[in-house]
Amino acid sequence: MSNEKSVMERIAEANKPVTAGVDEKDIKHWVTIRIMGKAYRVPSDLTILTAMEFAGYRFVRGVGCRQGFCGACGTVYRKEGEYKLKTGLACQTRVEDGMYLVQIPFSPAQKAIYDIKKERYNVSTILKYYPEVAKCVSCNTCTKACPQDIEVMDYVQAALRGNYEKVAETSFDCIRCGLCAMRCPAEIVQYDIGQLGRRMYGRYGMDKPDHLKIRLKELEEKKFDPELDKLEKATKEELVKFYAAREREKD
Amino acid sequence: MEIPYYPGCTLKTTAKNFDDSAFAVYKKLGIELKELPRWNCCGTVYSLTSDDLMHHLAPIRNLIRVEEQGADQVVTLCSMCYNTLAQSNLRIQQNEEERDKLNEFMYKEKVKYDGKVKVLHGLTVLRDMVGYDKIKSQIKKPLDGLKVAAYYGCLLLRPKEVCIDDPESPTIMEDLIRTTGAEAVPFPYANECCCSYETVSNKDIVIERTRMITQSAQAYGADVIITSCPLCEFNLDNRQKEVRKKYPDHVDIPVLYYTQLLGKALGLPLKSLRFDLNYINPRELFK
Repeated sequence: MSNEKSVMERIAEANKPVTAGVDEKDIKHWVTIRIMGKAYRVPSDLTILTAMEFAGYRFVRGVGCRQGFCGACGTVYRKEGEYKLKTGLACQTRVEDGMYLVQIPFSPAQKAIYDIKKERYNVSTILKYYPEVAKCVSCNTCTKACPQDIEVMDYVQAALRGNYEKVAETSFDCIRCGLCAMRCPAEIVQYDIGQLGRRMYGRYGMDKPDHLKIRLKELEEKKFDPELDKLEKATKEELVKFYAAREREKD
Repeated sequence: MEIPYYPGCTLKTTAKNFDDSAFAVYKKLGIELKELPRWNCCGTVYSLTSDDLMHHLAPIRNLIRVEEQGADQVVTLCSMCYNTLAQSNLRIQQNEEERDKLNEFMYKEKVKYDGKVKVLHGLTVLRDMVGYDKIKSQIKKPLDGLKVAAYYGCLLLRPKEVCIDDPESPTIMEDLIRTTGAEAVPFPYANECCCSYETVSNKDIVIERTRMITQSAQAYGADVIITSCPLCEFNLDNRQKEVRKKYPDHVDIPVLYYTQLLGKALGLPLKSLRFDLNYINPRELFK
């Protein structure tokens, strides 16, 4: 027990400025943001995520890669004096004065379970698992919400006509943050449809690359088994040696 | 000549035979159907509720896509798409307040839509832009002796503001049939509803309607029925299997898209007309 930090210590730690190497007294530019309605003064060069940590929030969920790839930190906000509801990723959006923020760390969805090998490469697969796609009225609210600037409505519409290639190409940059689904008046879960589309296109639509056929043949012929056996039988010291001597690209 | 073409979802899925045959037929007649690079569902059914603007976003957005191509007209083949696009367009032309509301909602669009796009149906393109004389001159395999009933259904004719011909006694499809050398057989159920989407939840009523419509066409001597609506086609064609089950004396009659019939007379390769996707095999007709 004695090794664990007290609640007060943890709060104090979380409250330290996260602007590394800068003392709070040296920070010149501050903005006021509101997190779930409560106002905080934060340095203006922080992202929403680091600003919330500055304000004392400690993220266990609703945060991931901090690089804009994992989609865990979806955020909805309005700015004082503006009626438009905006969205962004907390780790990629800089704070602005007068932001009213709320985090959407998770979006509940009925994710379909399917065996891709048994599905038909036409619109019936989309309609079987996600029939609500037919409720799309082309309001485009999903596209407006997307922090990745994906034409979400266009791929939902392509799904509705079984155009898997277009679904896959258009939805490719999706990071599944879920903001589209949270805003959709037709209660469609766009990102799951995009994923089904990419899987279907990958399996049935795309040309199979030649190098994949070659590699699969090599695997069937057990070309790499001796190397794997060698690694499995190696001692820790040998593994360290192998690792240091591995083939690698130049830094 | 190129015309922006709005296919609609059904022509890209279950009515691929309509889409494919139309491409081949219009091309043969000098019209290139140029599919819009971006489009969405037409909205399917024109919303009659007076304060429901949400359901006009889809059709109007498609008309914005037409303007983005620098065009002022668009052709569609599906009767339902035609009806929805044309009615929403008309509504926006006549109601400035609604037009502003819709444009404001679609503030992300670069084009503010003002109702200037003309919505055309494929049948009027053949009548007004190609002309029946030209079609006649292109007929390679006249369908002499074939008796064809034109089934209009509702959406090409109603309401009269978007009707492609005389709403009570249309002849546009009969005139087209005559260019192929076939005989047009008028029949009393040509303008009757097939019961449309009832086919999903109330199949029985469609079975009865299909029986009535197909038997009426047969009683007037028709060998085949043509249409331009994928839902009518489905109800009249596929549902005959259920009609046969319920009424064993029922005799099947093939149902084609008008483009398939015309393509046959123009001598286009059978492969491009996709008769394989019609439920009742029409190939017997042309032997």
